Amino acid sequence: MAVMRILAALITAASVLWSVSQPARSEVTPAEQGGARPGDGNHFSPLDQLTPANASHLKLYAAFPTGSRGAHSGAPLVMGNMLVVLTPFPHVLYALDLRKAKPEVAWRYEPASRGMAAGLTCCGTGGPVSYGNHLYFNTVDGRTIALDPASGAVLWDVQAADPALGETLTGAPVIARGQVVLGNAGDDFGARGWITARSATTGAALWKHYSTGPDAEVGIGPGFAPPYPTDRAVDRGITTWPPSAWQHGGGGVSGPILWDASAGLLFHGTGHPAPWNPDQRNGDNRWTSGLFARDVTTGEARWFVPVNPHDLYALGSTSALLLVERDWRGGPAPLLIHPDGNGHVYVLDRRTGKVLSAEPFIPVNATKGFDLAAGALVRDPAKAIRSGATTRGICPARPGATGAGAAYSPRTGLLYIPVRRACMDMEARDTTFMPGTAFTGGNLRLSPAPGLSAGALVGWDIAAGHAVWEQAEPLPVEGGALATAGGLVFYGTTDGFFKALDAGNGVELWHFRGSSGIVGQPISYLGPDGRQYVAVLAGLGGVPGSASGREIDMRDATAANGQAQALRALPPRADGGGMLYIFALP
Amino acid sequence: MTALRCAALVVLALAGCKQEERAMRLDPPIAEAMDAVALMPDGIGGRPPEVHVAMGNPYRGNAYQISQGKRLYEWFNCRGCHADGGGGSGPALMDGWWRYGPDLVSIYVSIRDGRPNGMPPFRDRLTPEQIWQLTGYIQMMGAYSASAAAPGRNDRMFSRPSENRAPAAAPAPGQP
Ligand code: HEC
Repeated sequence: MAVMRILAALITAASVLWSVSQPARSEVTPAEQGGARPGDGNHFSPLDQLTPANASHLKLYAAFPTGSRGAHSGAPLVMGNMLVVLTPFPHVLYALDLRKAKPEVAWRYEPASRGMAAGLTCCGTGGPVSYGNHLYFNTVDGRTIALDPASGAVLWDVQAADPALGETLTGAPVIARGQVVLGNAGDDFGARGWITARSATTGAALWKHYSTGPDAEVGIGPGFAPPYPTDRAVDRGITTWPPSAWQHGGGGVSGPILWDASAGLLFHGTGHPAPWNPDQRNGDNRWTSGLFARDVTTGEARWFVPVNPHDLYALGSTSALLLVERDWRGGPAPLLIHPDGNGHVYVLDRRTGKVLSAEPFIPVNATKGFDLAAGALVRDPAKAIRSGATTRGICPARPGATGAGAAYSPRTGLLYIPVRRACMDMEARDTTFMPGTAFTGGNLRLSPAPGLSAGALVGWDIAAGHAVWEQAEPLPVEGGALATAGGLVFYGTTDGFFKALDAGNGVELWHFRGSSGIVGQPISYLGPDGRQYVAVLAGLGGVPGSASGREIDMRDATAANGQAQALRALPPRADGGGMLYIFALP
Repeated sequence: MTALRCAALVVLALAGCKQEERAMRLDPPIAEAMDAVALMPDGIGGRPPEVHVAMGNPYRGNAYQISQGKRLYEWFNCRGCHADGGGGSGPALMDGWWRYGPDLVSIYVSIRDGRPNGMPPFRDRLTPEQIWQLTGYIQMMGAYSASAAAPGRNDRMFSRPSENRAPAAAPAPGQP
């Protein structure tokens, strides 16, 4: 109960949601948070003690080994005087007491795990989230668990996803209006995508909607108003597929789910269609690889935007999403910003789903610009994929030009995008769906984009639709970015650096070299002592993007979904195992 | 002259057919006996079936059986998890490092029964003979010395040195 009273820390992880409908249960008000709304995906901290003037003095304050050698892709969570860390599968949840001179383990919780799920996942876990006096997290093997943060006692524990169907849970749940909202991963295994809501108090199922199939199951009814008229036809989730292919057609909801309390809407992306081989799924493959707006209480769809229809390169659209309030070409507009794996920053009017702009943030050759009237990218036929053939030099490469959490600072008006710059050769092969095995039908071979570093953090001017600066990185940036009101941007790199840039001009002000590569999302919080801290999980787990990351043989260019070749430069020293790092001024 | 050359080619081609024993289909009792591996209590190593020994280890180092194994490897979605031997959501199979041991029985059992940390069982999808063909292919893929029986060419995307010239010599997982 102490936790209820002392929610002094300011929490900036995207996965944390503050719900206006339950003000009595949380004593953190928007004013105390400096105007930031933790559920908006902005990864913006209102804290301003750390600035470009003092960032160079940042020091390691504490390091806590997590005991896991996997990919630490989530964000730590600060809740009251506690910092909570979820380690990769098989998970351990640690609660650290921040009141001690150095963080100490207050309790740990280790859920029983189904090892079978280890073969079904690509890349880690979301973080824990808090709501009122509960703590929630998803496990890769498909469970959603609610705990009492004071003791670690289990309040409820449900099997929300079924690994036997290829389903896993790799993202963080989101709390919206008394509901825990979560979606599945499993596109690479032919799992049919869904998003579901459960009661935050009991875990009871409330609603569930799919990304493929009949309208009733997708949540398409009278309230559905898609911005592009073709989607008004009936049962597009069936008619845009070969017979029955939608049943194992992917479209998982493995990325961020945002919650706009004032509009009562949820926003989420859908994953790529299955299999990768596009010739085995002729048609537009609705409702995969696009963006949905859904009503929070019923889950019914309000609109859908097809970002990568008939997704040739199996990119999906589950990368970063941000709710941004700012002027757009003459007037204030509620925007939804989405840097997509296809290399374009989508700016949408989130009331209607209309795409306002989609400019490329990396060199792209798979498509030739955006057709605003049609709401789609124009494809280059030279980069088409045909079963039995290999198409060379496709940019960007799977899994996409960006994946991790982008950040937005209302102070600078800039978007900070973690970027991968790779191209690929892709060979499509006919494949058969067998439950529990991979349903891909593609061989990939990646290499860094010609003439460019393989990664970057890009500072992007949303209004102008172009980059204003970039910080080049030798390897793809797989971790998220954090912007702070003090004028800094923090992010970690695959080769093990944690950096602070000047949020205005992108100049590097400070870095720390850890023992492991970073694929996690940094956060900033105010400690019980009133000082600003920055925390991040390090831990690469070998080659990014594969569960067996440290057992990859780099001589096979197709290993780890084709990343082996692009990542041959990966320094082995950047794999020292999981570590929580906390930084502060001395 | 041309006729002579042609004749020579025909003779050569026919000789090629004789090179190796290719049992197209096993007798049912043999097929069943093929599944009788004696497994150690730890579920890792063991003894191959008697009939296997009696048949003179037909799946080790037999080019035909290995190439069948290579086909099955793609058809049954092993590639989706293990890539072309270099690994993905499943561990690399070509690096010479084994979670469960390099011997035929261990590999056979891994495929037939699955393994607890994410390897699905293929017992209901493949016949014992097919599992042995795969076993032979995978053992060769992770062997420490090159094998003349290993496939020398690929009919698909070039991803790595062909099996017959890629003995396993990768550093220990997670090591430089
Ligand atoms: C769903 C993904 C998946 C599929 C499909 C899959 N594997 Fe595996 N495989 C794994 C994982 C994960 C492991 C490690 C299991 C463990 O450690 O318990 C593994 C382990 C193995 C091993 C043991 C390796 C060792 O180091 O001892 C062999 C052999 C193997 N797989 C062969 C195959 C073959 C052959 C196929 C196709 C018929 C196949 N696998 C299909 C995921 C998969």
